[in-house]
Amino acid sequence: MDGLLIPLEHVLLVAGILFACGLGGLMLRRNLLFMLMSLEVMLNSAALAFIAAGARWQEADGQVMFLLVLTVAAAEVAVGLGLVLQIQRRYRTLDMDAVTRLQE
Amino acid sequence: MNLALAAIPGLPMLSATLLILFGRQIPRSLGAVLGAGSVGLSAVLVAGQLLAYLDTPTVVTATLWTWMSVADFSAAIAFHIDGLTVVMMSVITGVGFLIHVYSVEFMWEDESFSRYFAYMNLFVGSMLLLVMADNLLLLFLGWEGVGMCSYLLVGFWYKNPANGAAARKAFVVTRVGDALMALGLFVLFTDLGTLDIQPLLLAANLNWEVGGTVPVLATALLLGGAVGKSAQLPLHTWLPDAMAGPTPVSALIHAATMVTAGVYLVARLHGLFLLAPATLTAVAWVGLATLLLAASAALVQQDIKRILAYSTISQIGYMFLALGVGAFSFGIFHLMTHAFFKALLFLGAGAVSHCLHHELNIFRMGGLRTRLPVVFLSFLIGSAALAALPFTAGFYSKDGILLSAFTAPGIGPWLWAGGLLGALLTSIYSFRLLFVAFFGEAQTEPDRKPGLPMAIPLLILCALSLLGGLISQPLDGVLPDAGHPQVPHLIEWISIGVPLLGVAYAYYAYIVRRPSSSPAEAGGDSPVEGFLFAGWRVDALYNLLLVTPYRTLARWCQGEPIDHFYNGVVSLNRLCHRGLAALQTGELRWYATTFVIGLIAVVAIVLRSAP
Repeated sequence: MDGLLIPLEHVLLVAGILFACGLGGLMLRRNLLFMLMSLEVMLNSAALAFIAAGARWQEADGQVMFLLVLTVAAAEVAVGLGLVLQIQRRYRTLDMDAVTRLQE
Repeated sequence: MNLALAAIPGLPMLSATLLILFGRQIPRSLGAVLGAGSVGLSAVLVAGQLLAYLDTPTVVTATLWTWMSVADFSAAIAFHIDGLTVVMMSVITGVGFLIHVYSVEFMWEDESFSRYFAYMNLFVGSMLLLVMADNLLLLFLGWEGVGMCSYLLVGFWYKNPANGAAARKAFVVTRVGDALMALGLFVLFTDLGTLDIQPLLLAANLNWEVGGTVPVLATALLLGGAVGKSAQLPLHTWLPDAMAGPTPVSALIHAATMVTAGVYLVARLHGLFLLAPATLTAVAWVGLATLLLAASAALVQQDIKRILAYSTISQIGYMFLALGVGAFSFGIFHLMTHAFFKALLFLGAGAVSHCLHHELNIFRMGGLRTRLPVVFLSFLIGSAALAALPFTAGFYSKDGILLSAFTAPGIGPWLWAGGLLGALLTSIYSFRLLFVAFFGEAQTEPDRKPGLPMAIPLLILCALSLLGGLISQPLDGVLPDAGHPQVPHLIEWISIGVPLLGVAYAYYAYIVRRPSSSPAEAGGDSPVEGFLFAGWRVDALYNLLLVTPYRTLARWCQGEPIDHFYNGVVSLNRLCHRGLAALQTGELRWYATTFVIGLIAVVAIVLRSAP
């Protein structure tokens, strides 16, 4: 248990709660901006779980995965914000229930 | 020699080709010369063959070229000329030429004059091919050719739909027989390995035992073909309707030549039939049943051509009877004399309708004896020969058939009695026709008299019908002949006397007690007469058993029942598509939610299945 002051189960519980919050936000919020933020929360919850696991077993893999998650999040935000801008320009709204052209 | 032989069927076919290709440009007179002249030339060539054969009876075989050669099967365009062929060729070209000459006047006013002669020439060519063929495949080619010409000529006046229907009926009914015959040829080829007639007969004699399964099967199938073409039971229904064509066509095709092709086929292949006694007996019974049915139906007909049509069916029944009892040469003899007197009667009937505003009902004629003397003479001689009155041509052939039937072992007297009843009926209906149409009060006045092109063929045929019985056919060595049958004198006298009895009855019924009013149009006052008038209602039976079910099936198929299944598949696909498309709402949150549900489901399954 050296190097980890908080028990692993607790960290994983926090990560799970964070993930659930993000998932709930994704499903319930209608604003695209908030949905993107929910995604970020979910990514970070996963990253937290990786860090905790890496510390628990004294392995570098957890930190490597965290770096990867950070990169993915950055790329996702870049693409996501671009989409947000385009959708805002075209539809003058960010309400995703109003934007259903994917259907076609 | 080969060229002269090839020209016999070749000339009419060449003329037919010219008339078909240039029919519109050729004037009537040239068309008549081409049409009748080509058959006339062929008749001259045939006469040369006949004289040569009578001088020295040698069999001539000529191969013109190979028609097809596949693996170990080959068929040649080859002719085989023996006594039987010479007789058939003489009848076809001789009677055919007279009918062509007659047709020139009969069809002169028709708008399709050259088309008529094209078909007639094609018919004569095909018929000659049929009788001259050295192998059964070439024979079958001629066989189908005459069937096609029959179809074309029955439906010659195609603007009337009824004529087209009659032509189709003739074609379809004979097709049944032709299909059977083709099957028979297949059986012969698979079993004996050749279709050349002479090697075939030799091989059959060597390989087949009398009464075996294969001989009976093969000959029964061939008999099916003969029955179809020769209008015998049960495929006879097409012939009365085939009278829709021009009358000379009926004379040539449906009386003198084509319908006797079945008789020729059985006679040509008698070697096979002798190996299958069961089939030969069937031939006799088919002939007897047909001749009785048709003769009784002829008793009550009112249309002059229908009387003659039923009479033709009945007379071919006699030929089958002769073949069936093994009297092949009498069968061919009756074929020849029948060609003379039936062509005479048909041409006479054509002359009557030609001069009488196309009238065909004998009860609306009457008194023609003095008005159309040449035609009356024709009918008098023709009817006498048909009824087999002594010293006419028909007497010699029919008497021979009846006496041969009597000598047949076992069933002989029955066949003889049936044939005798038929002879009685024959004499009654033929003299009924003569007495009703030519005696008594005139019902319709003729508006013209037959000209020379019609009168001369009639007179020549009169002479042939009177004296044709004296012709001795050069059939020795071709057909087995037992000579004149030996029977008790009483039987001979009865056979001679019965037709006279029939004439006497007809005289009593139609001259002495001449019916004051003509019978009802639909044929007869009593149910029996109606039954006979409809030809024993065989047509109605076939309609009920075959035509109606077929029509029903066709109508059912018209609704495309099989398509219902595939349409069902299409509908199912469409339904599924609509259901799946409804899931695709385009709402992002709905998609995300389904992801989550799916994820949870996958995780649950993985966890459950984990050990």
